Amino acid sequence: MNSGRYAAPAAVSAEPLVRSAWQALASVLVIAEMEVRKLRHDPTELLTRAVQPVLWLLIFGQVFSRVRAFNTGGVPYQAFMTPGILSQSVMFIAIFFGIAIIWERDVGILQKFLALPVPRVALVLGKAFAAGVRALTQAVIVLALAAVIGVPLRWYLPDLLAAAGVAVLGAMFFANLSMIIAALVKTRERFMGIGQVITMPLFFASNALYPVSVMPPWLQVVSLANPLSYMVDFLRGALVTGQLGHGPLDAAVLTVACAAATAVAHYLYPRVII
Amino acid sequence: MRATGEKEGFTVLVEVDDLYRSFGDNVAVKGVSFTIDTGEMFGLLGPNGAGKTTIVRMLATLLRPERGRAAVCGFDVARQAGRVRQCIGYVPQALSADGSLTGYENMLILAKLAGLRGTQRQRRVAEVLALMQLEDCAGRLVRTYSGGMVRRLEIAQAVLHYPRVLFLDEPTVGLDPVARRTVWDKLAELSRAYRMAILITTHYMDEAEALCSRVGILNRGVMAAAGTPAALKEEMGRPEATLDEVFAHFTGSNLEEGGNYRELRQVRRTSRRLG
Repeated sequence: MNSGRYAAPAAVSAEPLVRSAWQALASVLVIAEMEVRKLRHDPTELLTRAVQPVLWLLIFGQVFSRVRAFNTGGVPYQAFMTPGILSQSVMFIAIFFGIAIIWERDVGILQKFLALPVPRVALVLGKAFAAGVRALTQAVIVLALAAVIGVPLRWYLPDLLAAAGVAVLGAMFFANLSMIIAALVKTRERFMGIGQVITMPLFFASNALYPVSVMPPWLQVVSLANPLSYMVDFLRGALVTGQLGHGPLDAAVLTVACAAATAVAHYLYPRVII
Repeated sequence: MRATGEKEGFTVLVEVDDLYRSFGDNVAVKGVSFTIDTGEMFGLLGPNGAGKTTIVRMLATLLRPERGRAAVCGFDVARQAGRVRQCIGYVPQALSADGSLTGYENMLILAKLAGLRGTQRQRRVAEVLALMQLEDCAGRLVRTYSGGMVRRLEIAQAVLHYPRVLFLDEPTVGLDPVARRTVWDKLAELSRAYRMAILITTHYMDEAEALCSRVGILNRGVMAAAGTPAALKEEMGRPEATLDEVFAHFTGSNLEEGGNYRELRQVRRTSRRLG
């Protein structure tokens, strides 16, 4: 029932603990359901959000296919970059959730939710999971487009499902990251500025568009610390190369990053209103 | 201060004792104390910036008090916030219903989060929508609602889980006179039907007079006076005085003063969304 900051001093027996864990999980799903219902009322956003990845794949992808600048390990460049573009669009969608909670603060939705008898960690995870759900809709669009323009992907179901799981995990990490930023900067104007400053470097300092091996050493180090790289690596293995040797490591790094970001976001989340 | 339940025939549901809260150098609430009983509607009356919203936010567990103590339904708002949240409903000043969902969906989400299930949930949602006269428009997107309808929907959301205490921050700000009267009627009905303790903040004198059995007059973070409107008029020796005059008497200023840029912007934004 209690968030960490307001934990009751009373001893907690196992049964209520199970019940509150169940309640927290149910609340996470309800918050995600809210997001799905909004999308159902106004699906146009799905299409407007798809414009950017389409441009990357069609224009950037086609041009760079001709250049053959990078050693992609024998994979056509468009196939190489598709997981990168997918990861990028998942990240952009998730980063939008920070602005969303500032907006919810401004219109009072956040205040109302914070006063509900719902564990606050469930409110944070619910938002993050909602970002994951959106990420999946984005993944479907990008993959469908890739299929239409004939990008050679591996359509192997177990790997597709694993990729979906990792895309959700990545979206949850970036949504938490953006909620942390929102709680610190507190206004939409400042968030927009910071959001730009963060997303583009994360994108370019990752293996989304080119292999890590072509980066200068300092950028390789940055890429190593960049969760986006792990997401791209997993998706590339699952969707393109079939080499999932790093898969468990990628998933583990994303899980740890996501857990850490959730913890920080949970701590900062109530402060958005102050 | 009275202990919970001590008063004959009543239960004290809200106890506020010497509450303090500051933001940076600005002390927003300076040692405020009051209590609210079951079935009572208490009005915190004061100009913008008097500290009303800060008090409500502390009682709704959104802000921690710096000093002093506040208990709701016998639970401490700082140390037992989870328990407090189970027994309160809160309607923030800004419009908190989600415009991109229907009225029914707004209710459904809150009912699910409150842990209501199955037929009990269906029944409760229908019952509260009917109570607030929103059944007919429940299937419409909330962004098509009038201001009064949005407010009624928010009150409906806030009472779904049978709270014993209801906090409303400026419930009628920006509403036209007819919509205001409907909201008042609904609040009076809730107070009667569920015997909830209701705390409203307002800077409208007529609202406090129409709804509240007792009012607290708040000025610059200090409770200048508290009691029934009649008792306050008595105290200043003019039973025929208006509450406006009572306010001026106890604070030495009038309701037009106070407020800052951020609050004004908030009020204007809410008014704009109410159309």
